[in-house]
Amino acid sequence: MSKILMKGNEAVAEAAIRAGCRLYFAYPITPQSELIEYMAKMMPKVGGTFIQAESEVAAINMVYGAAGVGKRVMTSSSSPGISLKQEGISYMAGAELPAVIVNVQRGGPGLGDIQPAQGDYFQAVKGGGHGDYQLIVLAPCSVQEFADLASDAFDLADKYRNPVMILADGMLGQMMEPVEFKPAKTQEELEALANQHLSWCICPNADGDAKHHHEINSLELDPEILEKHVNKLYEKYAEIEKNEVRYESYNVSDDNEILCVAWGTAARVVKSAINELAVRGKSIGLVRPITCWPYPYEAIASAIGPKVKKVYVFELNSGQMVEDVKIAVNGKVPVDFWGKLGGIVFTPADIQAKLEACF
Amino acid sequence: MTTEMICAGFGGQGVLTIGRFLAQAGMKEGKNVSWLPSYGPEMRGGTANVSTVISDEPIASPIVSYPDLLVALNQPSLDKFGPMVRKDGIIIYNTNMCPRGCKRDDVQLIPVPMNDIANEIGSAIVLNMLAIGIIIGKTGLVKYESIEEVLNSFLREKNPELLEKNLQAIKRGIEIGKQYT
Amino acid sequence: MQVIAKRPETLTAEPFTYCPGCTHGIATRLIAEAIEEHGLINLMAGVAPVGCAVFAYKFFNFDMAEAAHGRAPAVATGMKRGRPNMHIFTYQGDGDLAAIGTAEIVHAANRGEHISIFFINNAIYGMTGGQMAPTTLAGMKTTTSPYGRNPDDIGYPIRMCELLASLVAPYYIERVSLLSPGDILRAKKAVNKAIQYNKEERGFTFIEFISTCPTNWGFDPDKAREWAKENMLPYYKLGVFRDKGEEVQ
Repeated sequence: MSKILMKGNEAVAEAAIRAGCRLYFAYPITPQSELIEYMAKMMPKVGGTFIQAESEVAAINMVYGAAGVGKRVMTSSSSPGISLKQEGISYMAGAELPAVIVNVQRGGPGLGDIQPAQGDYFQAVKGGGHGDYQLIVLAPCSVQEFADLASDAFDLADKYRNPVMILADGMLGQMMEPVEFKPAKTQEELEALANQHLSWCICPNADGDAKHHHEINSLELDPEILEKHVNKLYEKYAEIEKNEVRYESYNVSDDNEILCVAWGTAARVVKSAINELAVRGKSIGLVRPITCWPYPYEAIASAIGPKVKKVYVFELNSGQMVEDVKIAVNGKVPVDFWGKLGGIVFTPADIQAKLEACF
Repeated sequence: MTTEMICAGFGGQGVLTIGRFLAQAGMKEGKNVSWLPSYGPEMRGGTANVSTVISDEPIASPIVSYPDLLVALNQPSLDKFGPMVRKDGIIIYNTNMCPRGCKRDDVQLIPVPMNDIANEIGSAIVLNMLAIGIIIGKTGLVKYESIEEVLNSFLREKNPELLEKNLQAIKRGIEIGKQYT
Repeated sequence: MQVIAKRPETLTAEPFTYCPGCTHGIATRLIAEAIEEHGLINLMAGVAPVGCAVFAYKFFNFDMAEAAHGRAPAVATGMKRGRPNMHIFTYQGDGDLAAIGTAEIVHAANRGEHISIFFINNAIYGMTGGQMAPTTLAGMKTTTSPYGRNPDDIGYPIRMCELLASLVAPYYIERVSLLSPGDILRAKKAVNKAIQYNKEERGFTFIEFISTCPTNWGFDPDKAREWAKENMLPYYKLGVFRDKGEEVQ
């Protein structure tokens, strides 16, 4: 399989189709339009369903319906549209429905702008919708990883019966990089996927079982029973926290004087600055969370080497991840933050200047 | 070896394609590449720019602070990105649309009347291919054969006539670029 | 012992949670009977709304999804597209369908989704305690229109059948009432036709039931029916608004 030069928005769509996604519902919004356009073009060719929904709200509820019948389904949007989807996301978490939601983030709040940003960290990681629930949140930093995580997202969603969000940004959506795709699912694999949820999903009662009655539901008016249900969800989340934490360590060593924490495309800019300063004999490490939830607290804690005098967080937001980093660092060393807002992406030179000032 | 490059001009001058074809050619040669365009309303009639990185190493930031190479197809682009170019870097600019030129003396300047030459070849739309040629001639960033392969895949079927004109522009650009080595 | 009436197989033994005298129970039963009569119990799935029929997922004896308020047609769209060999309906009240879910119903109808919509219009929000609905009649008092609905201020009640009949795609649209035995028999016919069309994959089918809400209207069931006949039927005309199955080819 040779590499193809592709936009992130298209690569994630292609990867989703290869992973067996045959249902996609969305509403156009910049900077993720190439994703919905790619799906509009490709879904009919693979016998799949593409609907341009009347709203983000309708799109996420179509996802709810399709996930409820046990099929791999995806939607995508950018920040303001993701806000509209929060209702449906909460319902899906409550009803334990597997689905993949892609957020190609842009500047906010409100309509904001259409440039790359990371301002939806809290929304994705700490809730977003109402009630006690968690999404699995995957944060790619390259077009290749965007594609790879699409496939993983479906597997995780199916494994845990939980919605999974891929938290990208406008930069990743718009940029092109070489990408190598996993082979598409075979007909046999697709059939297995289509049948994997028959024990609980809405499906034909093939053998006419009189007791067959599957409910897709998040309503429970008895507080005791609802509490039990939510506790069960949290047992599942604990399992996910145990099994699914992912991160990248970059240049982490006992020589590090600074440890950086950054996620998504922002982490790549930080890497450039680290490389530049390494040439000048300054040792700086980076931990890049790939899962923003479950969060790599232990990885960050154990990356703080003996010489580290500061943990430095860089984000394209106002510092939303800092509190997670502080939990990980637990007072061991000071935690500092610098970021850009409004859809401005910091440059390697910006980060270099910030890091140099620490020495 | 890593080359960081910014191409900028008016929307419609084909600057995004300069970066894209070079990235694609670089990829064919087994290099790491990234292509990051400006996007949004500024694309419609305004200025467009694209950051392209071609490297033997994995690419960290696709965002470029100090480009090694700038291609400026108009004066606003030259004014905006000219000062960012690394010392000893290269600025290729279109003298037909950059009347004030560039005042830097710590970089190599390659002023070329690109509109005039493109029109000589027979079409203003090959201006961006001319720029690709100049880059290749000057830097050897990618091989001519790789670019030819990329163009073939886009145009061989769809528009063979334009393909020939494009290749002609690239070859002409290579000659110009070589004069500056 | 001779059985002369029994619960259709398509209903569970779960007791209805509807108020005494409410016509919801009749509508629910008519739908269940039609599904049974068409032999669709193993291929049918429904979507329950937020409102008085919120527990409909417990009443129907086949697979059911509970939707967020107003979203049932979108959820049904996802279900139908995901399992095209199944037959899908939604059961929605007037607040759910004609207020918060207006976009979803209009666009599902406009796409001509192969689903059936059963719409209960009792001119009021029942579940939340008698607030004004988009179908509340002009002058009608509710807890949120305590001086009577003023059309100059809040608009006229929406006629959903007429609104949807302005679209090209819908296959079958009819308004029926549950106000008398004769009307109920006519309603049963309409429901049967909708389910038949659904089974035959004809297209989008929509049945509106003019219903009563004795509890929130503050009447006994008899008075409620009389009131509805006098006040609702003149505004909400019964009849077939679209039936592509009956159109001369």
